[in-house]
Amino acid sequence: MSDHGHHDDTPKTYGLIAEFDTPDELLHAAESAYKAGYRTMDAYSPFPIHGLSEAIGFKKTAVSLITLLAGLTGAATGFGMQYIAMVLHYPYDIGGKPFLSWPSFMPITFELTILFGAFGAFLSMFALNGLPRPNHPIFNAKRFERASSDGFFLCIEAEDGQFDMDKTRAFLEAQKPVEVSEVHA
Amino acid sequence: MASTTTPIPRALETVAPLMAPGHTFESISRDITDVVLERPMPRAWFACLGIGVTLLGMLGASTAYLFWEGLGLWGINNPVGWGFAIVNLVWWIGIGHAGTLISAILLLFNQDWRTAINRSAEAMTLFAVMCAGIFPLLHVGRPWAIFFILPYPNTMALWPQFRSPLLWDVFAISTYFTVSLLFWFTGLVPDLATLRDRSKGISRYFYGIFALGWRGSAKHWFRYEAAYLLLGGMSAPLVVSVHTIVSFDFAVSVIPGWHTTIFPPYFVAGAIYSGFAMVLTILIPVRVLFNMEDFITKRHLDNMAKVMLATGLVVFYGYMTELFYAWYSGNDYERFMMANRIGGPYAWAYWCLLFCNALSPQFLWIKWVRTNTIPLFILTIIVNIGMWLERYVIVVTSLTRDFLPSSWGTYAGTIFDWMAYVGSMGLFITMMCLFIRFLPMITIFEVRIQQDQLNRNEIR
Repeated sequence: MSDHGHHDDTPKTYGLIAEFDTPDELLHAAESAYKAGYRTMDAYSPFPIHGLSEAIGFKKTAVSLITLLAGLTGAATGFGMQYIAMVLHYPYDIGGKPFLSWPSFMPITFELTILFGAFGAFLSMFALNGLPRPNHPIFNAKRFERASSDGFFLCIEAEDGQFDMDKTRAFLEAQKPVEVSEVHA
Repeated sequence: MASTTTPIPRALETVAPLMAPGHTFESISRDITDVVLERPMPRAWFACLGIGVTLLGMLGASTAYLFWEGLGLWGINNPVGWGFAIVNLVWWIGIGHAGTLISAILLLFNQDWRTAINRSAEAMTLFAVMCAGIFPLLHVGRPWAIFFILPYPNTMALWPQFRSPLLWDVFAISTYFTVSLLFWFTGLVPDLATLRDRSKGISRYFYGIFALGWRGSAKHWFRYEAAYLLLGGMSAPLVVSVHTIVSFDFAVSVIPGWHTTIFPPYFVAGAIYSGFAMVLTILIPVRVLFNMEDFITKRHLDNMAKVMLATGLVVFYGYMTELFYAWYSGNDYERFMMANRIGGPYAWAYWCLLFCNALSPQFLWIKWVRTNTIPLFILTIIVNIGMWLERYVIVVTSLTRDFLPSSWGTYAGTIFDWMAYVGSMGLFITMMCLFIRFLPMITIFEVRIQQDQLNRNEIR
């Protein structure tokens, strides 16, 4: 319907989604799916659930490392800027202090460490998450607006090597969800 | 095992639960978003907005006249170059610090009760820092040349004075505002997604843009929690550094009464003290007006009052240290400075501040005061007056009478000083009103976590 004329008329499948009532049921289903060999999947919840991303096999993020590097860059920028200004470019005597009076350079070095580090954490988190991205196939899922209030969802994506419309549906049904439905891409 | 109820030790008894029982995830979303999306604003909100906008207009008018006429409109004079502008700057920045303390330091200490109050406290931080920013901007006298304070390449090949605490202040306060904004916005994104999913028409479009397409993916939450904790971890030392640097503006100078090492801790404690007072001043009426008593309970009021009591005692200790060391130093100028505070022309301000900041918080030892909104509300107003007087005393007594009697003077704020000060409150009130109207005043997703923990009996 939304496809235009010359395309294949049957809508492509993004995946199969199961809705659960509680965070525990979702966590349990995610663990079972991983155990059953599914890898390309994601879970959706209205608040972070401890252990959920680990359950679907997502355990590492570069956010902390990027933040550290950004913070160090900030420190180098802060100190470097003051060194260049007060020692190399335009040295002049203020209160008889040495040109490289490093203790008085510390406050600005510290502030820029935090400033750069905060941008590192903020930008890397959203960039690695692929946001902003106003639209996404998952928003086509039935009742998905509940994922931002009280719905707990597990979606096994069609790209998964083990994905099979019937078998995967049967697997999800066995997890005792409220409902299993297909998500169109 | 589950059926046996173990009695709660007396020390762990609380005055009220963290949130009212009987909520579900959906009822939490509904109760908080309805304020923004469904319910009409109460009359008191329109009254507050009206007062805020009127005072803001007064700020605008007095500022326009100040630009036209020059800084001579203010009461600043030769010995007292720093009058109201610096007093108001320090006062507003200090108020802002409670928001960061609640959102960052209580996060790191795993204090569950921060959940219901952090969003509005962080908003308060941002608005208070905006109000603070007005004063140095006006005080430089040539606000169109304010960019001179930044290190930018210029034809004179000049740099700002990197060894000056005033420049450290520029970096500290601008970093503080930026990081607080990033932290606040990060916290808002999942809640904006909730608003997007519950609203219609044009508001759905705008909430949708700012929600950035948040979809609550487990992978996203994983990175989100890492980033949120990192932002909290960086904000905590930041907030301490900001007021430390603000106190350096005084402590690095050689003026009697300013040149003391007690200033950084005593300023930070005073900042948190006045900030918690302001959070209470805002939340006590707001929780009733918008029916948020389910989420902001007596427990929150009690805890915030306890933080006020603790920081108030640190501030009191600071006052006593100043007195003791003025005497113990044996320095004539320090001794004179203290005698001048106690009995000089500004003694009224010193004694008022001792009443407001040393005596009145002692009432917070009484549980009845901590859990009853009217006495608590009155106390928070007294504390904020006291904290303003504290900075007034520090600035004015030292500057009017320093080393040489021949350079002594007197100082009093003019009507234009008062218009700028009261006008900045107008900006604050207006921004708070708009915040409550358009954004969820409580972090919805964190209250859901709290509900989940309540469901599992992990917290009470």
